[in-house]
Amino acid sequence: MNGAITDKVAIVGMGCTKFGENWSKSSEDLVIDAAYEAFEDAGVSPDQIQAAWLSTVYGLSAWTLANPLKLSGIPITRVENQCASGMDALRNAVFAIACGMYDIVLVLGVEKLKDTGLAGLPQSEMFPNFHMIGAGFSAPGGFSLPAARYFAKYGATKEHLAKIAVKNHHNGTFSPKAHFQREVTMEQVLNAPIISWPLGLFDCCPTTDGAAAAIVTRRELARNFRSDYILIRAITLAVDAGFTPLRPAFDYLHWPATQTAAKETYKQAGISNPFKEIDLAEVHDCFTITELLNYEDLGFCPKGEAKDYIDSNTFTLEGELPVCPSGGLKSFGHPVGATGLRMVYECYLQLRGLAGNRQVKGAEVALAHNIGGPPQISSVCIVHNRI
Amino acid sequence: MIGIKAYGAYIPIYRLSHGDIVAVWGGASREGEKAIANHDEDSITMAVAACQDCLSLSDANNIDALYLASTTLSYKDKQSAAFIAEILDIPDQAVTIDFSNSLRASTSAITNALAATKSELANNVLVACSDGKLAAPKSDYEQLMGAGAAAFIIGNSDVLAEIIATETHHDEFLDMWRQSGDQFIKSGEDRFIVSEGYVRNAKEAARRTMDSLGLSAKDINKLVLYAPDRRTHIGLARQLGFNPETQLQDALINKVGNVGSASVPLMLVGALESSKPEDTIMVISYGDGCDTLVLKVNKNIEQFKPRRGLRGHLISKMQLRSYLNYLTFHNILPVEPMRRSPPISSIPAKWRAKKSLLSLHGSKCRNCNTVQFPVQRVCHICHSKDDFEEVPLSNLKGKIFTFTKDNMAPSAELPTIMTVLELENGCRFFCQMTDRDPLAVQTGMDVELTFRRVYDYGGYTNYYWKCRPIR
Repeated sequence: MNGAITDKVAIVGMGCTKFGENWSKSSEDLVIDAAYEAFEDAGVSPDQIQAAWLSTVYGLSAWTLANPLKLSGIPITRVENQCASGMDALRNAVFAIACGMYDIVLVLGVEKLKDTGLAGLPQSEMFPNFHMIGAGFSAPGGFSLPAARYFAKYGATKEHLAKIAVKNHHNGTFSPKAHFQREVTMEQVLNAPIISWPLGLFDCCPTTDGAAAAIVTRRELARNFRSDYILIRAITLAVDAGFTPLRPAFDYLHWPATQTAAKETYKQAGISNPFKEIDLAEVHDCFTITELLNYEDLGFCPKGEAKDYIDSNTFTLEGELPVCPSGGLKSFGHPVGATGLRMVYECYLQLRGLAGNRQVKGAEVALAHNIGGPPQISSVCIVHNRI
Repeated sequence: MIGIKAYGAYIPIYRLSHGDIVAVWGGASREGEKAIANHDEDSITMAVAACQDCLSLSDANNIDALYLASTTLSYKDKQSAAFIAEILDIPDQAVTIDFSNSLRASTSAITNALAATKSELANNVLVACSDGKLAAPKSDYEQLMGAGAAAFIIGNSDVLAEIIATETHHDEFLDMWRQSGDQFIKSGEDRFIVSEGYVRNAKEAARRTMDSLGLSAKDINKLVLYAPDRRTHIGLARQLGFNPETQLQDALINKVGNVGSASVPLMLVGALESSKPEDTIMVISYGDGCDTLVLKVNKNIEQFKPRRGLRGHLISKMQLRSYLNYLTFHNILPVEPMRRSPPISSIPAKWRAKKSLLSLHGSKCRNCNTVQFPVQRVCHICHSKDDFEEVPLSNLKGKIFTFTKDNMAPSAELPTIMTVLELENGCRFFCQMTDRDPLAVQTGMDVELTFRRVYDYGGYTNYYWKCRPIR
């Protein structure tokens, strides 16, 4: 029902660990670090938390949060929806707050990817016999499949992807908690070893550990915690059916889940011209080509024109609509369960004027977006500071 | 009339030149090349390919026995014929038998197929012969041993080559052998095994057969004779009174190699391809004795064509980049695996879905006609539930809809080419591409499907379908 949660829920505190190869931090350390930063930011103590939502893809159940924090006796739900886990956890917390069931809840996302001893993500059986039907499938492989179709149809090239990598690396240099703070040049990106054609090393986000957390409450109570809280205008989740490579007649020129989630979010948020009405966007740039498709799927530019907007530097920090001012997954890293909340953390800082050298001036409305799986699941959220 | 009613062949696409072997070890080059199995091939996959070459779409339903002959099956204790019958959609009441352990396993299978048909135990016996022996690096046999397969339907109708006589004798002799666990063939001293093994036995088999039928060499249009190597082969044919130029079927030693128990079957396919009605073919197969077959070709030979046959497979080839690829493809040289999480594997889940995974059945929705893979109880498009027919997909061609070249997905041959295919009937399929040149891959490329090994995990081999450029 439209309006059911609109502006009813506020975020009054957030925490975020340094993202990186955190060899000296276990998943429990990351949970404690992120949660306590959020508690302190909101000025709450842990025993004030009435319920919690945990986002982790490769971790396990509620005790992943309860054990390190010693949260006893409260309901804790572990949410897993691949890369959309973090925002989906927040979305579920939003419903619980909006209906008045709880006053103060914790939402935390954590992923400890570097303990596996392997490169890349652990294998999972996405559906029965995926190990046969998807034999050879990898995350970069799956996300790179639109390239052959998209390049041929719209004339985009590896150069356009490289510009996205350069932009997000540049933004990362202003982002002290990001995994990387280093510039890269177009040459470096274009000449990097190929991971999965056309994606090279710098077209892919790194394997990262990290956690991020939020303290969420009703709008009416928000002022008790701080004066510069942010409001959640809309937050949605959309799931496509069918393993993408086997979907009859799929065109591979867009990701339908993003389009569906965005449409619903804009409808709930009353946004008719996202390019004009949104001041900054943290979009899911697991791979540079994903960010390119996101521009179109999120309605920031017309279908097929992403390359022109890229060439015009539209989405840089200085452009009309800064995308991934934090450095994105590219620089910040992608501890899968933590990412959605980390994006909201960036929006939270930006909307309160605390983003330092990457601050988008006068930011009032921010968007966060994830897409994950083969991919099939997307979440889009609008937050703002017009309180 | 009982005999061969259909035939087919398969030769792997890769060739390793003898010069490349000599460049590493020195010695004399045989001045040719040999066919080697790709890293994802084995005697089962080659047998499936040869059967596909031989079977037309309606044939599988009529097959009432499948005999598989090979000395190089990867399972020592599990029937491979039953596995192949599943893949080819052969009715479950068909007799399935593995014939093994001898160079003449294939002709043993053929003579038994003849016996089964004669005694009315079967009407259509599919005999698949597949082999790929490995010789040790730097050995005398290394340039000789190749890989390939052939298949025949033996039956009592529409026969194109009647089997008019068979002879057999057994002989205890250590010629070429392997013990359990041996990766490479072992052999006796070559002068001894040639004169007392091969020549003595083959001569005896030829004499008995020709005497009992009253045939002399001039009555036989083609001699299909097992060949340990080219020189010995030609020498024996001459000794038997045959003209090696006109009567001796090419043993393909310098084009494919000695294909073990599949050598004689492949040569027989070659002989049939170039035969005419009324031709007489004598087949002498060697190993622990000899089997002989005499065939009389009739005009039905002109009505039958395999999909590619021997001819088609001989002209379709790719040079293997280097001798090192050969060593790593066949695990002769161990290499460090990529640091990737091991695959998950479930025997019950695969068994439950075997019609999809092995026989490659999709489903066609009866309501909206959309073909989808794997079999879907709820249609992707119209959401009709449990209202579909199973559709076999393995014989369909397709086009590449999109692809990637992935250096992160583990494979013996990087990059792993992943393709989204649109098959002829509109069905989407997703698979690796094999037998490929990465630089040639593009959208719109025509491909066909091929059954291959995917990986070993959990103590057994996982097989699935891949695509390849149309040969």
